[in-house]
Amino acid sequence: MDTHLIIHLEKTLGKANVLHTPEDLAVYSYDGTFAEGSPDLVCLPETTEQVSQIVRLAAEAHVPIVPRGMGSGLAAGSIPMPTGGIVLCLTRMNHILEIDTENATVRAEAGVVTADLQTAVEKMGLFYPPDPSSIRHSTIGGNVACNAGGPRCLKYGVTGDYVLGLTVVLADGQILKTGQKTIKDVTGYDLNGLFTGSEGTLGLVTEVLLRLIAKPRYARTALAEFASLDDACRTVNAILQAGIVPASLELMDQTAILCIEDALHLGLNTDVEASLIIETDGTDEQSVLSEIEASSRICQESGARLVKMAQNEAERNNLWKARRSMAPALARLAPNKLGEDITVPRSAIPEVVHRLRAISAKYGLPIAIFGHAGDGNLHPNILFDKRQPEQWAKAEQMVAEIFDASLAVGGTLSGEHGVGVLKRPYLERALGPLSIEVQRHIKQALDPLNILNPGKIFPV
Amino acid sequence: MMNILDSLEKPPEKEYLNCIRCGLCMAVCPTYREYLKEAAGPRGRVALARKNLEGQLELTSNLIEQMYACFACMACNEICPVGIRPAELALSMRHIEEQSSQTGWKQMLFGGLLPHPNRMETATLPLRLYERSGLRKLVYRLSLTRLLPRQIRDLEAMLPHLPQRPLRHVLPDVTPARGQEKFRIGFFLGCAQSLLFSEQSAATVRVLARNGCTVITPKEVECCGMPARGYGRLDLVRAQAKHNIEVFEKTDVETIVTDCATCGSTLKDYGALLHDYEGWAVRAAAFSSRVRDVSEFLAEIPLKKPTGRVDTRVTYHDPCHLRRGQNVWKQPRTLLSLIDGVDFVELPEADWCCGSAGSQLITHYETSLKVMDRKLDNLANTGAQVIASGCPGCQMQLNTAIRRRGVAVRVVHPVTLLDEAYEAENGYSPDHSS
Repeated sequence: MDTHLIIHLEKTLGKANVLHTPEDLAVYSYDGTFAEGSPDLVCLPETTEQVSQIVRLAAEAHVPIVPRGMGSGLAAGSIPMPTGGIVLCLTRMNHILEIDTENATVRAEAGVVTADLQTAVEKMGLFYPPDPSSIRHSTIGGNVACNAGGPRCLKYGVTGDYVLGLTVVLADGQILKTGQKTIKDVTGYDLNGLFTGSEGTLGLVTEVLLRLIAKPRYARTALAEFASLDDACRTVNAILQAGIVPASLELMDQTAILCIEDALHLGLNTDVEASLIIETDGTDEQSVLSEIEASSRICQESGARLVKMAQNEAERNNLWKARRSMAPALARLAPNKLGEDITVPRSAIPEVVHRLRAISAKYGLPIAIFGHAGDGNLHPNILFDKRQPEQWAKAEQMVAEIFDASLAVGGTLSGEHGVGVLKRPYLERALGPLSIEVQRHIKQALDPLNILNPGKIFPV
Repeated sequence: MMNILDSLEKPPEKEYLNCIRCGLCMAVCPTYREYLKEAAGPRGRVALARKNLEGQLELTSNLIEQMYACFACMACNEICPVGIRPAELALSMRHIEEQSSQTGWKQMLFGGLLPHPNRMETATLPLRLYERSGLRKLVYRLSLTRLLPRQIRDLEAMLPHLPQRPLRHVLPDVTPARGQEKFRIGFFLGCAQSLLFSEQSAATVRVLARNGCTVITPKEVECCGMPARGYGRLDLVRAQAKHNIEVFEKTDVETIVTDCATCGSTLKDYGALLHDYEGWAVRAAAFSSRVRDVSEFLAEIPLKKPTGRVDTRVTYHDPCHLRRGQNVWKQPRTLLSLIDGVDFVELPEADWCCGSAGSQLITHYETSLKVMDRKLDNLANTGAQVIASGCPGCQMQLNTAIRRRGVAVRVVHPVTLLDEAYEAENGYSPDHSS
């Protein structure tokens, strides 16, 4: 990398915020996937103004910029590959700037950890619902960039449903502010929607303004165990068709349950084909209770072997701890896991689960299935050892077939992880050429030099 | 490079291979929280270790520094759903460095000094004289500490009120049980407890004796080995382990009790440390299985409830080596709640590292201070007059923090309060103002 540029950056940010030792570059070469690509330099800005200056300098030198938060992404979206360049890590922009209780909004810098943001607003009786499993180790900026989801999104919607405004550094360093504290706004194009989920390819989000809601006062959680995976899948639809909207409706298959029990020893029964975690919440204790009871009855009618209601906060926390630790716990079984997040119309859940199991049987590699069944968002995880070439080859073929299965039943590639590097090869079959062309025009208009997170989203 | 590595004792592949880099460990790491950069967190350390062990990165001083920057608080070990132990891996990397290039001062300190209680006592004599001669009081009265550089001043503040004589010279070999003997237990005399907090260990022995224990205290024990381990000298740790195992094999005790969290976690680890050593595996495992932290032991036996009162608001800080090192955290709280008059209040983030981590206040001063400041903010929020913690390292760190802030909070071992409650039964009322 040009030493001139490094000197300029060190002047702008201070030497401690510009990293380039081999060790520092090595640890910014990965995210939550197995992919790796080394940056040439890492910058840790502390203000939007600094981000703007970095972008100006990088644009002058035509050096790519790859934005990053805590690097928990599951699509290799924050890895500087294949181009290298500057990793712009926003973890030091971690201030909550304003909590407006009257308008129920929060304004925060992009590097605030999502769980910290939630804790802060909950102290004021407010609630920010999106809850990706990485809630304690991902940043709100990263959540916006990937339009993150989570279990509660079934009832409350995804990250994008809460974005009221953004501060975005554009590809030439200009600072754009979108939106304001209003719930409604049709003044011009919906730029919030454009930047949310754009994975840092259109602009760098440095500040967010989010809508909040009142904190639900009661929650009840139940675990339902099924001898048959089919029955569990059908139960999901039965509950929703009965007019109940649980906060969360999560599915775990046997492979997933075995892993989590092995990791956490929570006392889950492992001789079941599937379990559902159901949570209802709200401000009226009685209706929260009657909803969970009605859900439990439906589970029993649909063949559940056992339905257990969490009796206290500790039991409830245990169930969620199990669910949140699910994906990483799978790594106990194999050195690598390829976790996808296909999303299908919920009527198609039983069908797509059948197809997933057929794919696993065909290639002889395990696929653990769990996910947010209530909104059709499933996480099939292929377990394999990347060091064994034949396993790696199989895993890649399996991924392609998983995506085909999702598309065949009217689903999509990704519900909450994003495209990043890993799903690029499959984008065209999901969207068709015209949609990709439209999106390329948007990218071209906002980033003509192609320096913002190049190599992501679009097919090669 | 690989050739050199091949001949060294290094962590097996399973210690890092399955790290999927989810990042969960970063949520609980005290050093990551302060620096907010990847190399300062467990996931970064695991990646660096792996890349070195697989030949992609050299064993540079910068890489080793990242391993020494870890506080070994083990919060990452505990949270990892995969079973990776990043803190352990950081210690293993220090060991690798020591194997490839031994450092002279470590040989002197951990080989020449720490294993020899008599030399340790001689070496710390000036500190005791400083206290005993009244010089320390004078220094404080004249506010001379202000003349010291900041770090030295903080180190001075670490020192508790030093005993006149090390406990090793005071405690009898056998302390008889009060009343009928119900247990014969061995007491492991920790270096820091004996040299710096000897009154606490004396209290531990009193409390044990009151509860029917005949307490055997072998004087020829050596350092448990944790300091040498922290500095990558596993060879010395193993030598010390063998010595201590032999010492206790000569006694006829059922249980070995320690009142130092750090000693306890190391003693319990002897089984694993000597697992592959012929003639030692079984003996070490037997030794480790008999070790109990004092609060753990007292919670296992039918404990006499003290009838004396200690009227004060108390909070409790979990030593890393007790909570995560030994999964002992309910027991000290139970003991404290047993005492009449104690208004127990839970410390926010009680199980977060205090920043002591053995010698981080010396070697990583700035980080240690930041971590400690957070602990003290939490302490201030409780309004407690006393903070209990069964670890000399934590106690020294808390003492420093409290002096720096100029707040009036007393730092004690939980057993000290229990002892005071028993002593108060006889009409004696302990003074809590100091």
